[in-house]
Amino acid sequence: MAQPLVKKDDDRDDEAEFSPFLGIEKGAVLQEARVFNDPQLDARRCSQVITKLLYLLNQGETFTKTEATEVFFSVTKLFQSRDIALRRMVYLMIKELSPSADEVIIVTSSLMKDMNSKTDMYRANAIRVLCRITDGTLLTQIERYLKQAIVDKNPIVASAALVSGIHLLQTNPEIVKRWSNEVQETVQSRAALVQFHALALLHQIRQSDRLAVSKLVTSLTRGTVRSPLAQCLLICFTSQVIRESNMNNQTGDRPFYDYLEGCLRHKAEMVIFEAARAITELSGVTSRELTPAITVLQLFLSSSKPVLRFAAVRTLNKVAMTHPMAITNCNIDMESLISDQNRSIATLAITTLLKTGNESSVDRLMKQITNFMSDIADEFKIVVVDAIRSLCLKFPLKYRSLMNFLSNILREEGGFDYKKAIVDSIVILIRDIPDAKESGLLHLCEFIEDCEFTYLSTQILHFLGIEGPKTSDPSKYIRYIYNRVILENATVRASAVSTLAKFGAMVDSLKPRIFVLLRRCLFDSDDEVRDRATLYLSMLGGDGAIVETDKDVKDFLFGSLNVPLVNLETSLKNYVQEPSEELFDIDSVPKEVKSQPLAAEKKAPGKKPAGLGAAPAAPTSTVDAYEKLISSIPEFSSFGKLSKSSTPVELTEAETEYAVNVVKHIFDGHVVFQYNCTNTIPEQLLENVSVIVDASDAEEFSEVSSKPLRSLPYDSPGQTFVVFEKPDGVPAVGKFSNMLKFVVKEVDPATGEAEEDGVEDEYQLEDLEVVAADYMVKLGVSNFRNAWESMGPHFERVDEYGLGPRESLAEAVSSVINLLGMQPCEGTEVVPTNSRSHTCLLSGVFMSSAKVLVRLSFGIDGPKAVAMKLSVRSEDESISDAIHDIVSSG
Amino acid sequence: MLILESCPKVKNILLLDSEGKRVAVKYYSDDWPTNSAKEAFEKTVFTKTQKTNVRTEAEIAMFENNIVVYKFVQDLHFFVTGGDDENEVIIATVLQGFFDAVGLLLRGNVEKREALENLDLILLCLDEIIDGGIILETDANVIAGKVASHSMDSGAPLSEQTVSQALATAREHLVRSLLK
Repeated sequence: MAQPLVKKDDDRDDEAEFSPFLGIEKGAVLQEARVFNDPQLDARRCSQVITKLLYLLNQGETFTKTEATEVFFSVTKLFQSRDIALRRMVYLMIKELSPSADEVIIVTSSLMKDMNSKTDMYRANAIRVLCRITDGTLLTQIERYLKQAIVDKNPIVASAALVSGIHLLQTNPEIVKRWSNEVQETVQSRAALVQFHALALLHQIRQSDRLAVSKLVTSLTRGTVRSPLAQCLLICFTSQVIRESNMNNQTGDRPFYDYLEGCLRHKAEMVIFEAARAITELSGVTSRELTPAITVLQLFLSSSKPVLRFAAVRTLNKVAMTHPMAITNCNIDMESLISDQNRSIATLAITTLLKTGNESSVDRLMKQITNFMSDIADEFKIVVVDAIRSLCLKFPLKYRSLMNFLSNILREEGGFDYKKAIVDSIVILIRDIPDAKESGLLHLCEFIEDCEFTYLSTQILHFLGIEGPKTSDPSKYIRYIYNRVILENATVRASAVSTLAKFGAMVDSLKPRIFVLLRRCLFDSDDEVRDRATLYLSMLGGDGAIVETDKDVKDFLFGSLNVPLVNLETSLKNYVQEPSEELFDIDSVPKEVKSQPLAAEKKAPGKKPAGLGAAPAAPTSTVDAYEKLISSIPEFSSFGKLSKSSTPVELTEAETEYAVNVVKHIFDGHVVFQYNCTNTIPEQLLENVSVIVDASDAEEFSEVSSKPLRSLPYDSPGQTFVVFEKPDGVPAVGKFSNMLKFVVKEVDPATGEAEEDGVEDEYQLEDLEVVAADYMVKLGVSNFRNAWESMGPHFERVDEYGLGPRESLAEAVSSVINLLGMQPCEGTEVVPTNSRSHTCLLSGVFMSSAKVLVRLSFGIDGPKAVAMKLSVRSEDESISDAIHDIVSSG
Repeated sequence: MLILESCPKVKNILLLDSEGKRVAVKYYSDDWPTNSAKEAFEKTVFTKTQKTNVRTEAEIAMFENNIVVYKFVQDLHFFVTGGDDENEVIIATVLQGFFDAVGLLLRGNVEKREALENLDLILLCLDEIIDGGIILETDANVIAGKVASHSMDSGAPLSEQTVSQALATAREHLVRSLLK
């Protein structure tokens, strides 16, 4: 190997603070850069000045546009020098300056000369610089040289060209794709890194062609791949091919698995790890397939290298989520990692153990974690808390030690997020493990005695108000709550007053004492606290007035708001903006849960904006827009309140002459069909557009009126309406066939004017159905369990259904949700991959008044056959039955 | 863009001193668009790793969903950052290549002052390891060889080269001693 450059060999006795760049200044260095223009170039001096310029840039200094241009022009003069060291610095400088297009032209010829130089280093570097700064037009000029460079026998040159190709593929894909023959040739290169770069580029060129990628993988997995980096790439491509072929290949052995397994015996650690990781990430991996990968990862766990231990434990942590049993063998190695110097490794080890551990090891683990909690960062502590929560739900019998642990860490120092995670965990445990309730509530009470976070205090007080009165001795919580009234800020005081009132409402024996406390609050310095105290006193009869009925009081204190908070907020804002004599009516707030704009975009990426033709102004909140549209039409104003508008249903195929979709608006006694029509023929103008609806398959409906569309010019959507009457308050269903009827007029494309005479024409649309789900309004509940229990089992209807063979559990779940048109609660619409059973919680309002809660339990039995248990609770027997009818007929 | 997801990529290489100040840094990703964002990242990484004692084996940590592999020697702190789905061992290989190449180029005197005095070599070294985030070379001997080969100008005869270089060195020494 060449000896490193013999550099200035300074005396060591300089003061320690010495830096060659001490006191460096941009202005001075820019002055110095004038040496680039000297007729007699001093290569050494020039190099030093460039280094100084690069130092400045590296420290975050920026050049103005003029400064940069000036430096650039003088640097280009340095191409005259034949000093290699200087030339290399010139290359670096040009890349750093990223010149504009007209500046690039100036250096192009010099760089092209270097690209064809005899010196390999010149060639390689000139290629990289030129490709970095070039644009598409220049690229065609140098394409020939680049192709040559790819197959150059010097590996440095070939790599430079290939890596440049990878970058250029982003900006000029059509040019780079023409090089695939040369690249293909280079994949066989004997030089390790060249093969790696060639493979990366070739795969990216062929990326969209599945067959080609599959062929590439097939041939290379049989051949020899020299560089470990290239091997890693190949493993990556292989798992991609496996992923894609999985669909067609349900039975038998997984293709290429043998190759992956073979890579586990490779001599390079990066290849072994890449293969092990690839195997653990195979979709639907079996435990037999996992075993060899887990074995090598287990070896890594006891490696002396922190990077390997980290990589292994991080991968195993992910495996633990889906296949906890597969890694129990690693538990002993994992436990020794708890005391690892590297805290990231220790935390990952602990949380993995918590996921895989069995009931007997819980106590021991908790002891170890306690020792180590104090010296890890908050974000890791949250990870640990989450792991403990899930552990507790898995082993409810162990709640005592886990609850103790949580309460201990709750008392220690910590930021808001950390404390919130702990409080949330305790709340979940209290809710799900009845035995844990009393001790958990006491821990929370102790916590609010000394809690600096108002948000957490109010959350806990609210929760205490719901759970506290149901305990065996509610009186013991009163002291904690009233202490808050004495000691806290106004927000917490108000919330404590509400909690006291809840105890008073639920526990008769406590009432007199609560009254005393509430009366004291009447003298609070804060309005809200006083108002609440007054309200509750009069409601509970503490001021001697007539006591309201028990049920009303409880409804008021414990009932949930029937409308989504967002909707209430918008309605209130509107009310405040347009003051009126009337009182605000909470029933006027729309109950439909608006999908958040962001989430909606994600769900329907391919949806054309034109599909919502009716709501051109605000595609973000369709419900609002529909409501405004409908209420603006006088004919519909007598129908009462709009209870629901469906999502648009397409009645035409994509890309036909006329695009029509329909929105179903449901009122108590009426249904309005809103047909959104778009004319996609520039040479036509449509007039008198209406839809003829045949309702002979919908007996309970009778047509009342229709509202045709006067004219429908090209590409500007319009609406026509048809109104049906239906029996009041009955979820009538039926099928409607539709025919678009209109007068068509030819339009002269040149002038845009339509001919006078038109021809009547008809256009068959697809059928439309009104289903029971159209009467269901999505309304989420914040706490399903509470809602479910307070609804009570009086009108519960349970039945089981076989859904037959389904593509996947997730598909079955989402189709039932769509069928019912209800709001999934608590994220239960998401089915974890590979799970064999799933429970889904839904809520909604049926026929605009009746609350409905649904609990769906799914299971797969046998080959893909899905069975479902449907439990419905509502306030009325007939409604519970109606929900079952939807499912059994759907 | 989906394209680069399979190819291992490096997001940045940092060479900081014992106070967390930059000696040389190079960013290859848009994750830190401004200089202040870059400095903030450097500060986090530096302070969170400062206490660790990494003299033999490279250490590893995660920051802001990135894997950071690092190694210290004397008053120099070496860091290489990659995304959280990268193969940790590959990132560590890049770090090792950089670390060893700097060791070769500085002839074993791996410390801040020596690094600053040979900053041109360090910058060229970075340029030979990673090109726009893609790994160019990880073998320290090859990297150092590519950087050092520049001292020999194939255009000029070797004897002349050494003489002119010797003269230059001598001149520099003279100037420096005069300036003291």
